[in-house]
Order: sequence, then C-alpha cells, then structure tokens
Amino acid sequence: MRIAPERIEDAAKELYVRALKDLPPDIKRGLATLAARETGATAKAVLGTMIENIAVAERTGNLLCQDTGIPIYNVTIGRDAEVDGVALKAAIRRGCERATREYPLRSSIVHPLTRRNEHTSCGIGVPVIHIDFSDGFAGLRIEMIPKGSGSENNSWLRMAVPAEGIDAILTFVVDCVLGAGGKTCPPTIVGVGVGGTADLCVHLAKVAATRPLGSHCADPDGAGLESRLSAAVNLLGVGPQGLGGDATAFAVHVELAATHITMNPVAVNMQCHSARRSSALFTADGVEYGY
Amino acid sequence: MAHHDFTMPVTEAQVRTLAVDDTVTLNGALFGIRDATQIALFDRGRATRFDLEGHAVIHTAPNVRKVAPSPAHPAGYAPVCVGTTTSARMERFTRPLMAQCGVRIVIGKGGLGADSAAAFRELGGVYLAIVGGAAALETTWIEAIEDVDLDDLNPESLWRFRVRNFGPLRVAMDSRGGSLYAAVDAAAKANRAAALAALGVGSGSPPRS
Repeated sequence: MRIAPERIEDAAKELYVRALKDLPPDIKRGLATLAARETGATAKAVLGTMIENIAVAERTGNLLCQDTGIPIYNVTIGRDAEVDGVALKAAIRRGCERATREYPLRSSIVHPLTRRNEHTSCGIGVPVIHIDFSDGFAGLRIEMIPKGSGSENNSWLRMAVPAEGIDAILTFVVDCVLGAGGKTCPPTIVGVGVGGTADLCVHLAKVAATRPLGSHCADPDGAGLESRLSAAVNLLGVGPQGLGGDATAFAVHVELAATHITMNPVAVNMQCHSARRSSALFTADGVEYGY
Repeated sequence: MAHHDFTMPVTEAQVRTLAVDDTVTLNGALFGIRDATQIALFDRGRATRFDLEGHAVIHTAPNVRKVAPSPAHPAGYAPVCVGTTTSARMERFTRPLMAQCGVRIVIGKGGLGADSAAAFRELGGVYLAIVGGAAALETTWIEAIEDVDLDDLNPESLWRFRVRNFGPLRVAMDSRGGSLYAAVDAAAKANRAAALAALGVGSGSPPRS
C-alpha cells in the first residue's frame, strides 16, 4: 500500500485542528472521575468549569484552549505501508502550516534567539516529527499532539547515580509535582522517564505524559511505580489550577529504557488537563480519524 | 466571600475592598498582555498609546482572524479563541505594570509570587484566577477586539478587548498580603513527607542524596 504525500498533508492539517477541538474520551472520563471524587469546594468548582469548557467548545465548534502548542507528529509505519520518507516529512510540515493559515490558528512558534514568529507554526525542527515502525498493524498511523507550553515549561531531568536507588526517582517525581504547583494547569498527567541516555530519558517522559489515561507501562516494575506514584502525588493537595484540592494529577505514567551500569536517570514531563491528541490511521480502506 | 461587579476602570479604593476567595465579574475594557509585550514595554522602552490607569490586564495571546474593520470588529480582528497563559513567567513585570501604567487588576492562571504580592499590597492591586485551558468558555465573554497596539509583536500584541460578564473570577491574591497560591504551596510542602512515606522512601532502599 503506497500512501501519497498529498493524503499525508491533508491529514496533518486535519489532525492539528481536530486535536485542538476534540478532547479524547479517556481524558473526559478522567475529569468526570476526578470531579465526582473531589472533596474541596474550590477544586470542585474549578473541575466543573473545565468540564463546562469542553461542552462549550463542542457546542460552538471552538478550540478548547488558546494555546496551539508545539505541534508534534508521531508517525508509525506498520506492515505493508510504503512511503517516501523525505516527502512524508515535507507533507506533514505543509499540512501543519496550512492548518495555521487556513483555520486560522495562533502560531505559537518563534525562532529561539530572534523570537521571530513566521505565523506558520513551523520553524527550525518544528513541527517535531518522530518516525517509528511496528509490525502490530497494517498501514500507517499518525498521532498529533499540540503540546501546551504551561505544562512543557515544567520539564526536568536528573542524572541520579545508582547509589541513590529508586528512592531518587520517587523523590524527584514528588518534588517536580510540588515545584510545578499550578503552573502546569493541573490536574495533569505526570510523565516519568526512567533509564536510557539523557535525551532518551526526557523523550520517554514525553511519551508517558501523552499516553491515554488507563494505559500502563509495559514493564511490570514500571507499572508498579505508576500506581504508587499516582497515589502519592495526590496526597500533596496542589489541586486543580494549584488552588488546592485532591485532584493534582489524573495519573503518573512511567516509561522505561535500559540504562548504563553507572547511571540512574529520571525525567519528568507533564501534560495539562486539556490533554489533547488526535490520530489518523491509513489502511487499504482509506483514512480513519481517532484519538 | 463577597461578589463584586466591576465596570472598568476601577479605583484603588474599590480594589482594596477585595479579599482572597471573593469573586469578581468584569465589564468594559480588558487589556491583553504577554511576555513579549512586557519585554517591549519595560525592557526596551517602547511606549503604548493606551491608558491603562485603573484597568485590568490578562495574561493572554489570542487566536484571531484578520477581517475588514467594521463596527463589530473595529481593530480589524475577530476573536477566534481567547484564553489565559501561565502568569509566573511574567512575575517581574507586575510592579512596573502597576507603578508605571497604573494597572490595578492582573488576571491569569497559576498565580504570581512574592514580589507581585508585595506590589499588590503596597500599590493597591489584586490577582484574579481564571481557569486555564477553559478558553472556549472565556471566548464567550469577549464581545470584541476594540483596538490593538504594538501589533508587530502579534500574537503578543497589546490587545484591548471589550468584555461582558467576564467571570466570575476568584480573587487569589489580594492587597492585604493574602495569596491562595502561597497558602497551597505551604500546605503542599507540609504534605511532602506524607507523600514520600507513602512511597516508602528511606525505608530500606539505598540512601538518597
């Protein structure tokens, strides 16, 4: 199955706008669960406003949040899919630019030194495009994540050492959630990367932060950390928007990679309550949009 | 916990009546500012033709559509999605906003720090918390983009919105030194030991730094 760049471009445009408007069902359920369980009066009201906002966005066809984020496209090439890799990357970039100009979306992307905004949501290395391969399905999948800056600005890496053990990882996660306070637009998904190299560790934290609610780390020891950390960070009382309450995080997600005998790296990346994502699956039957 | 309806601008005396956990609804003018706007005003010495005396500013950079100027869209911009950004990045601009421009109300999300709390106390100002990420709802409170200045910084221009029933917003920092964020932060720090104990930190694993 050959997928033409024009179809990729159209999907890249469609995915950006869809992600900004249509919150995935797992996140909506997560908010409803937190609101039902919340004991703080202010926190309950704040969660109620978040839920009301989703209804307003759906009713008015508007974007959920004004932050159009840093556009990230995660491409997974499955079985029997043929693409021209260079053309695919160019098509994604064109689709991202078209979404920005044609909707129109706020371009949130600037040159890091001159701060110049080209009003295309594109720049050096942006949109971020990751390409991976899977034999788990036939076709090609593109996931789009508009990563909001309030949560992204609260990202950390610590190159702990083996002598500090798992305690270093646990303490670091708790202290990151504490330090972030309300700046990340809690309740958040706290993404934790453990192991790998410095750059892989941070990447894993992003993968963890953007995973659907209800999904678990494939490694049983990693999954164990997830449930313990999820309970612990919600003892802090930061609450929705940092105004106090029970609901500090939907969950803590953990992703692991093997690491060096001398290393014990841990990274944290957070996703805000407007945990937006969209996906497109290209198969022999056409393209199907989802989350 | 009182509710206040303000038509902008307001006086120092009006702002000083507000206490943490009161709620406020705004009508009239509201000015949108952001990182680049304030870097231009306070670090690069650029001036605005707007008079911010007694007014409210919101930490925002909106999604807008360019349109032909009309009575509905006098500045040639239609609002698409107007929301609020994290305030903490702009902490150092609160005092000059108040001292040099006369701003009385800062609206944002996530809170401001000790320097801003001191400026609110000394100069007479408040911080109103809006729910971040609830921009679709917030946009329904915006009637029009009335004017825009420093538009070369777009989308981080200095925007003048006309708002109707903007809120209710919670007073999260008042002019008496009260701050919900400082209170929550202190409580969360006190809860840290319990969170680490629940994780079994320090109970047999290798020592931590």
